[in-house]
Amino acid sequence: MSGVLTLPARRTAPGVFVALAVTLAIGWLVVTVDGGQLFSLPTTVSLLHVAAGLGLVAVGQTLVVIGGSLDLSVAYVISLSTLVAAEAMNGDDAALLPAIGLALAVSAAIGLLNGLLVTKARINAFIATVGVGLLLKGYLDNGYDGPAGKTAPALVQGLGYQRVGPVPVSFLLLLAVAAAAWLVLARTRFGHHLIAVGGDPEVARLSGVRNHRVLVTAHVLCSLCAGLAGVYLASRLGSGAPRVGTEGLYDLESIAAVVLGGTALAGGRGGVAGTVGGVLLLASIDAIFNQLEVDAFFKQVIRGVIIIVAVAIYARRALRKAAS
Amino acid sequence: MADPPPSPLLTLRGIGKSFLGVRVLDSVDLDVRPGEVHAVVGENGAGKSTLMKIASGVYAPDEGTIDFAGAVRSFRGPRDAQRAGIGMVHQEFNLLPERTVAENVYLGREPVRRGLVDRKAMLSRTAALLDSIGESSLPPQARVGQLGVARQQVVEIVKALATDARLLIMDEPTAALADNEVERLYALVRRLQERGMGVLYVSHRLKEVFDLSGRITVLKDGRLVTTVDTARTDADRLVRHMVGRELSSYYPARARPDEVGPVRLTVHDGGNRKLRGVDLRLRAGEVLGVGGLQGSGRSALARALFGAAPFATGDVRLDGAPVRLRSPRAAMRAGIAYITEDRKGEGIVAGQSVLDNALLASRALLPGAGRGARAARVRELLAAVDVRAAGEDQEIRYLSGGNQQKVVLAKWLALGPRILLFDEPTRGIDVGAKSAIHDLVRQLARDGAAVLMVSSELPELLGMSDRIIVMRDGRIAGELPAGAGEEDVVALAVGAAREAAT
Repeated sequence: MSGVLTLPARRTAPGVFVALAVTLAIGWLVVTVDGGQLFSLPTTVSLLHVAAGLGLVAVGQTLVVIGGSLDLSVAYVISLSTLVAAEAMNGDDAALLPAIGLALAVSAAIGLLNGLLVTKARINAFIATVGVGLLLKGYLDNGYDGPAGKTAPALVQGLGYQRVGPVPVSFLLLLAVAAAAWLVLARTRFGHHLIAVGGDPEVARLSGVRNHRVLVTAHVLCSLCAGLAGVYLASRLGSGAPRVGTEGLYDLESIAAVVLGGTALAGGRGGVAGTVGGVLLLASIDAIFNQLEVDAFFKQVIRGVIIIVAVAIYARRALRKAAS
Repeated sequence: MADPPPSPLLTLRGIGKSFLGVRVLDSVDLDVRPGEVHAVVGENGAGKSTLMKIASGVYAPDEGTIDFAGAVRSFRGPRDAQRAGIGMVHQEFNLLPERTVAENVYLGREPVRRGLVDRKAMLSRTAALLDSIGESSLPPQARVGQLGVARQQVVEIVKALATDARLLIMDEPTAALADNEVERLYALVRRLQERGMGVLYVSHRLKEVFDLSGRITVLKDGRLVTTVDTARTDADRLVRHMVGRELSSYYPARARPDEVGPVRLTVHDGGNRKLRGVDLRLRAGEVLGVGGLQGSGRSALARALFGAAPFATGDVRLDGAPVRLRSPRAAMRAGIAYITEDRKGEGIVAGQSVLDNALLASRALLPGAGRGARAARVRELLAAVDVRAAGEDQEIRYLSGGNQQKVVLAKWLALGPRILLFDEPTRGIDVGAKSAIHDLVRQLARDGAAVLMVSSELPELLGMSDRIIVMRDGRIAGELPAGAGEEDVVALAVGAAREAAT
């Protein structure tokens, strides 16, 4: 009994990193046999770029999911953010910072709306955020047929293409954001309260936590992350793109990454580190399939299978834990 | 003895509370002194929980005053009461299993240093609190979900201590504890007492009440019966205070000896997570009442027989032949019907019509065959049990509780069951409709069905049953014949009497 009791509370590194290592090893083998090279500079760089975009969204998504909520509007927030940023810059380096600020402010406002709908209006997070997403989709479809605006050259050169060795600046940005989110969850009252609200809202309330305020904040942070991902994508594309978020499936993929990383969809358990692992796993699978030139549709099927299997394994483990 | 009692820490005066026009508390007075354990006892529905929730700020009283630590208070919520110094240890723990002991204890009040949560301070302060109540073996960084129930309770108590509570309200604190763990809880409560803390202790178990408390307050039907010094009373007198209602309403005549048939159902040594060593015989034509307190295993017994939470061990026989009741479907096939206590959640599909609800079980068990005939039979049954509805197409949620219950009954009768398990058959049903349900239950027995009826209403249990078994802690504590008194049932249920079985 006491042996069990003294186990440290920190969860061991999520199994997703094991899966990542195995995937990369198998992928490397298969790609090599196929005559390709998985860890060549171009592949690695592109892998990390994919991870940076998805990762920024997924880190934000982690926060709301831990709080027992969910954000399905992120894909549209991303698209909107690329447009706001690119149009405000209009190719002018001088407008760089104000434009980024504006894009983030708009994103934060959408997050605030999401949070208020979920808490004050008591609308199920799924419905509320899909609703807000459709609202944004209407605006985007109505106002834009294709790319618009022009990203400031400085941003394109910096965030878009600058590298430190094989590591793009954007990936470093992801690591910084993830580290910040980790610190927030582990070492701030807001983080503790967020985990409590996700774990059991009634326990949190009776312990004096202001549940609504906590959840609204989480939604704002999530949207901010999506907005940041939008700024990054604008830097890659050189302009605003009204469909980039939905075409990249950032809403569902970010949730998939969160779940792969071991965060419970019901809330209250999980963390940012696992999410980064989940993002890298998805990006690696993507890179391997690209190297093997697997059919795009088949690729989707495989990704679907991997996500289902991963979640089934987690569910199994949770069951066993409950039984013991 | 010469010292006058210290001035009370908490004083409740003339507390009254109604829910939806039903009076659940009526001018109740209660006070708790520092360093005193004050026990509150009473039957189910006596108003204990409501009174505790008023004292801890969950509900506001309709009438009366709360005086705490020398000032009149009106708490706007549990947080308010906590800040004033009233801690509550809930029956279901208010803890996060995924978080550590320290994180749980300081949830909502995390110490902060330079903007960040000060983990070191949190751990050391939690360790100090644990140490102060003699629980230093509990590591503050352990995850709560990995702790046993008893230690989780310690965490819950420490959580209250961390708010500098001066009064601790404990609602059925031993409900989930094993016997040796109860001893530890006693020690803990005594240590709190020595610190001058007042403890309001709600329990069904008279043994604990006598072991721990200095004074006992008895509630019945929302009213204060008496407050006595524990040293000047005994279990018998207490039980008499707790019951003693007039058996006024009408019940159908019991089974005559010639109406009781052979044994239908036998359980030998049945057990599962909530039941232990259950031995039971149920005869055709009789109503076997099942009494006991909430959580004593009454419903668990019915659910085990219906296969909803099956027996894990033991031996069940139907008409002498062994059967395995592994699922509700298997039980239904064996001719067993279960009328649940949770009508809204498990008995009806609120948005479906009366007819659809009545057809639910037969559709599930006998799909396809003879649709027309089936509907015709169910219509007859609906008429036979006298359902009053605007029409068979009316959504069932618009019916009164009594009529809903009749539809549920018709649903089961459509399968022609030979064993009927009623769990609180008249819960939430108004007085007039109650006797109609009672008549139906008796009529079914008279027609040869074996009936098992769980009820927490003592008059109903005593008025309806041909025999009564009383459950306690997942076991059958004893059996009583027809004509037993309320005191006999309560005595068995709270463990004040020698176990009749042994």
